[in-house]
Amino acid sequence: MGERAIGFQYSTVAQERETVTLGMWAFLATEVLFFGALIAAYINYRIWFGAEFIAAASLTKVALGTANTAVLLTSSACMAMAVTTRDAGKTRAPVLWLVATALLGLIFIVIKATEWFLEYQEHLVPALNFDLGRHGGVAEIFFIFYFCATGLHALHLLIGISLVSWLAFAIGTDRLKPGSTTRLIGLYWHFVDIVWIFLFPLIYLAGRNG
Amino acid sequence: MNEDNYLNAGYSLRSWFFTTDHKRIAILYFASLIFFFFIGGAAATAIRIELATPQADFVSSDMYNRLFTMHGVIMVWFFLIPSIPNTLGNFIVPLMIGARDLAFPRLNLLSWYLFMLGGSVTLFAIAAGGIDTGWTFYTPFSTLYSNSYVAVAVTGVFIAGFSSILTGLNFIVTIHRLRAPGLTWYRLPLFIWSLYATSVILVLATPVLAMTLLMLLAERVFHVGIFSPQLGGDPLLFQHMFWFYSHPAVYIMILPSMGVISEVVPCFSSKPLFGYYFVVWCSIAIAAIGFLVWGHHMFVAGMSLYASLAFSFLSYLVAVPSAIKVFNWVATMHEGWIRFDAPMLYAFGFIGLFTIGGLTGLFLAALAVDVQVTQTYFIVAHFHYIMVGGAVMGYFAGLHYWWPKITGRLYPDYWARFAAILAFFGFNLTFFPQFILGYLGMPRRYQSYPPEFQIWNVLSSAGASILAVGYALPLFYFAWSILRGPRASANPWGATGLEWTTPSPPPTENFPKTPTVIRPPYQYDRGVPCPQADNG
Repeated sequence: MGERAIGFQYSTVAQERETVTLGMWAFLATEVLFFGALIAAYINYRIWFGAEFIAAASLTKVALGTANTAVLLTSSACMAMAVTTRDAGKTRAPVLWLVATALLGLIFIVIKATEWFLEYQEHLVPALNFDLGRHGGVAEIFFIFYFCATGLHALHLLIGISLVSWLAFAIGTDRLKPGSTTRLIGLYWHFVDIVWIFLFPLIYLAGRNG
Repeated sequence: MNEDNYLNAGYSLRSWFFTTDHKRIAILYFASLIFFFFIGGAAATAIRIELATPQADFVSSDMYNRLFTMHGVIMVWFFLIPSIPNTLGNFIVPLMIGARDLAFPRLNLLSWYLFMLGGSVTLFAIAAGGIDTGWTFYTPFSTLYSNSYVAVAVTGVFIAGFSSILTGLNFIVTIHRLRAPGLTWYRLPLFIWSLYATSVILVLATPVLAMTLLMLLAERVFHVGIFSPQLGGDPLLFQHMFWFYSHPAVYIMILPSMGVISEVVPCFSSKPLFGYYFVVWCSIAIAAIGFLVWGHHMFVAGMSLYASLAFSFLSYLVAVPSAIKVFNWVATMHEGWIRFDAPMLYAFGFIGLFTIGGLTGLFLAALAVDVQVTQTYFIVAHFHYIMVGGAVMGYFAGLHYWWPKITGRLYPDYWARFAAILAFFGFNLTFFPQFILGYLGMPRRYQSYPPEFQIWNVLSSAGASILAVGYALPLFYFAWSILRGPRASANPWGATGLEWTTPSPPPTENFPKTPTVIRPPYQYDRGVPCPQADNG
């Protein structure tokens, strides 16, 4: 953990740290609007086709979804620990926390894939085998949003898992110079988590309040 | 000429295509944009030839649809949106704030590659057979009925969007974090403020377009209902989401031009800019209010009357900051030492044409008038006054203003002034008749029309040929300037910004020593410029 070189466009380490952190926040602002557009369109239909969407939402696997929420929240806690221990200058602890984070992320993906497979068996996948006769066109719209939203979220999570795995490897083998990388990837990981926090009630809990 | 500069830092292809120098990336963008500008211009030429006669005789109707779509798609996403930010902005922003580069140089290069990838995919769609939906890709035509390469073209636009986002992100972070010592927010030149406002729109609006296009692709490729009314979908939802991006996109095109004009007018009037703080906050206000006016594209689409009223009111409101800027520029010239060099002539052109475009925009914001002229040539004339008369004039003003800094060479001022005047008259002759055509009821996007409209269409086509000469001339004298032009000094115009304190062309690291800013921009002592830093 000696002196390190900074990018030639910066004059101090602090300036570099503040710059890359702001860069990540600006990127997350873009991501908020990206998912925000999808969620806004979904809410539009959710309000318009209230009863049909509630009926369609009852076909989602709420138990698996709830379990996944717990898994993802735990992963975020691990990520937070990784950032804290890394900032404290430890080398072994952050690696362990990062491995735990990546593993929990993988568990989420496995559970999610199981859900998708079950839905495929029940003829709920639009464009592939959706049973229009049984469920109707509006339910198809619900499931398009369901697959788009959870699919894009899973894609973001896979990117997150790759980043976290690389980070664990880089810290573990002492290839990473001290800096902001862990915190930046942490920000991204928490963001992907927050997207799920919005998706879970919107998709799974529609009409399940009684 | 400065011995050690960014241009002679390396001559290999590798030193250009893998460069992370913001100045070289700006040149890469510049060359690409000239290419796309002439492709889009070629489509416009074919359209104007077809419209010279009332009958459909030059191209088939199917081809005509493809031509105006190609013109729109190329000009909007592959010329206007990246024009000033990615060429002049890329080059000038770090120089203006006294930085060595943008905050993320490699991301900047990636942005160019994404742009070229998106452009190539879109060009492939055009070469393979074209798109016939209009640049707006309205559903359900684009998703269910069109037999053209919609999916490929939309993919190209989708990819190019990420290039916009990366550029916007880079500018925001750079302006926040890499300013030279002493360069406070209220000492920033207005070009920086406008690009900051533009970048906020790029970062916040482009992802919405990305998601909208993804949903369009899903519907078209998988034949599922998202916007299609047969399956309970809502085609208006597409329009809302599309315009949520595409109206702010108009401000992505015009705000950077306003920034250029705010640089050029005080420089060639040798006077401080009138009402600096007003111009700053008008840029921010335009960006903010610009997010809330998209519904004015949909007054006749079947929206609720109350929504229309709100959008109408907000559209009037967004005109206020634009008007304030126009008054500020004019007041700056008042009692100034005005020099009529080419950049200033382009700036005059901008102010006049933008004002006409803005005022006719107020006609369209009025609900009743909009019903009369919507989907007519009145709309076409209005947005060309903003996008060509405004944005492109501003681009040319900026190009002529910073050309000596970028290349280290001067250009023949006589020819440049001639081109500026020619473009102004050619532009008015092309587009003013279209206001009359639209008012008389000629709809847009038709290739044939009743014979009584011919005189206005002939005037418009004739004007287009003059405009084309006005746009082609710079190619020749700029080429001459690169080869034979006299060397430019560090500050040929007597401007005050930091970019003029470093040699022309600038060294790779921009400044021999990081400048310390000691005063606000646009300070003149009885016509003598007082640079923002004493020596770079």
